[in-house]
Amino acid sequence: MSSLATSSEQAVPARGPLRDGVWFMGAATVLLAAIVFGSSIGPAGPDWWRVPLELLNRLPLIDFDSGVSDGEWAIVWKIRMPRVVLGGLVGGMLSIAGAAYQGVFRNPLVDPYLLGAAAGAGLGATIGLTIGRSATSGWPVDPVPAIAFVFAVTTVMVTYAVGAAFGGSRTGVTLVLAGVAVVSFTSAIQAFILQRNLDVIREVTRWLLGSLTRSSWADVRLVLPYVAVSSLVLIMHRRHLDVFRVGDEEAATLGVSVPRTRLVIVVAATLGTAAVVSVSGLIGFVGLVVPHVIRLIAGAGHRRLLPLSMMGGAAFMILADVPGRMLTRPAETPIGIVTAFVGAPFFLYLLRTRRVGA
Amino acid sequence: MSTLTLEDVVVRYNKRGVSALAGYSDVILPGEWLGLIGPNGAGKSSLLKAIAGLVRSDGCLAVDGVVLGDLNDRSRAALVAYVAQDPLIPNDMTTREYVLLGRTPYIGYFGSPTRADHRVVDDVLERLRLGGFANRLLGELSGGERQRIVLARALAQQAPILLLDEPTSALDIGHQQQALELVAELRRTEEITVISALHDLTLAGTYTDRLVMLHHGDVVASGDAADVLTADRLGQIYNVCVTVEVDVDELGNRQVVVVPRRGFPAP
Repeated sequence: MSSLATSSEQAVPARGPLRDGVWFMGAATVLLAAIVFGSSIGPAGPDWWRVPLELLNRLPLIDFDSGVSDGEWAIVWKIRMPRVVLGGLVGGMLSIAGAAYQGVFRNPLVDPYLLGAAAGAGLGATIGLTIGRSATSGWPVDPVPAIAFVFAVTTVMVTYAVGAAFGGSRTGVTLVLAGVAVVSFTSAIQAFILQRNLDVIREVTRWLLGSLTRSSWADVRLVLPYVAVSSLVLIMHRRHLDVFRVGDEEAATLGVSVPRTRLVIVVAATLGTAAVVSVSGLIGFVGLVVPHVIRLIAGAGHRRLLPLSMMGGAAFMILADVPGRMLTRPAETPIGIVTAFVGAPFFLYLLRTRRVGA
Repeated sequence: MSTLTLEDVVVRYNKRGVSALAGYSDVILPGEWLGLIGPNGAGKSSLLKAIAGLVRSDGCLAVDGVVLGDLNDRSRAALVAYVAQDPLIPNDMTTREYVLLGRTPYIGYFGSPTRADHRVVDDVLERLRLGGFANRLLGELSGGERQRIVLARALAQQAPILLLDEPTSALDIGHQQQALELVAELRRTEEITVISALHDLTLAGTYTDRLVMLHHGDVVASGDAADVLTADRLGQIYNVCVTVEVDVDELGNRQVVVVPRRGFPAP
């Protein structure tokens, strides 16, 4: 074996950086187009075609009259743009977390809500909207997102503790089963609370279906650090996720500490997921399907899958939000419904026309 | 070239249970190919997994005096490569990506493969005549090709100890022979110490230097194939009716052939 070279030279990108670059540039272009489109469409404000011109006009060294008044720009910047950015953060985080969960558990049917992040957030929101509402009515800040976040993280921690107690941290399977049990238990508590507080069912249901209606720059500032740190940690574990694809046992013989690495990935994915669902509610489908779509189009290697899932999920969520706010004006269609309506047929089309590799 | 020393290795899957491996001791010399045989549940896989660090074991396991239990996961993986009986092979991964996984022990936690890692993979693919498969998806390959690629991944690990758990169980006789010839060639050229569990007794006797027969976690015989593979012992341990023929070629090499016969052994 001594004849073979040793691994001491400077790190270089894996083979195919050019093709990776093409994929990333393509995804970034789609995301940019989605941002421009999402910020151009709305029930009020300037003509849709003037918004891209005004966005261009706002760039350094460019100055021309786009025909957008200050009042109209305020609508774009203060109402539409936070919604677009938040939608992108939510969609991107759910998608990259879904890809990471699917990779670390080697299960294509897994989504970021597997270990109880959604059920915990739902219970937290329900408590916040029922029991805690009267106590916090005078607070300057809505406490529901914070309560949802705390409950989401706590629920996943309980799942992990239960799973680890039965050996789940080594195999992963027990962890998934622990998630099923904890989610059922949490949902039962939520149903019990709702059954005793029927007056808030409508509000809770609206939260559960997910919405970006009341998005603000404050929400963006709240969520952005979690999304940035979580996705950075996940992308830094792209190589470990590839190793996980050969199974826990062989990953261990390749020098990967399986329980510890799985814990780091799950914690990162959970914190990001909990942060975004605490402000957007439970938006389903994105975290499950977007990674699959990316796999079908660009392959299953996590070096490409994670960044593309993030950009693809962000673009998908921004675009899915447009019909949600336009179709049933002045009311809004919950974005979770739109994502399923738009995404499911597209996914089935891809399954039919492209190779299935997941 | 490394020596693997095993002292009183015990494997139990639960604290009060029967030992899957009851106090195994051995010294496997540099470049030796040790074959582990025995019926299902004899302890062959348990011994391999104990060496690979996949199951907890008591006793001492050391490579060239370095106790494996004292090493972290990466350091251990740089010394011991393991090929599972039924490896999980992702269909949508290319051959190059899969073999590159063998370099994992040499890549830092947040690191990326280096040029040197890619060169090792190129070299391994070339020597195993897999260069033409580098960009093929694993799902497109035959069973024999996939087995070679699993060996290529283990070889890319550059570990002096190679553990093979039933490496030919899913292959036809032609591919079985090709896979074992490949291991024999790699053992010579790469100076690897090989320990393999094998169900096919004739192949085990043909390719390995020494056989250890296990039964219920205990060693019942150890040594040259002609000494270990006797009809009486096989009848007793495997509960089968066999005849054992020993052929001697013109160079004086003995080959043991185990031939099953119809019927049950006498009680």
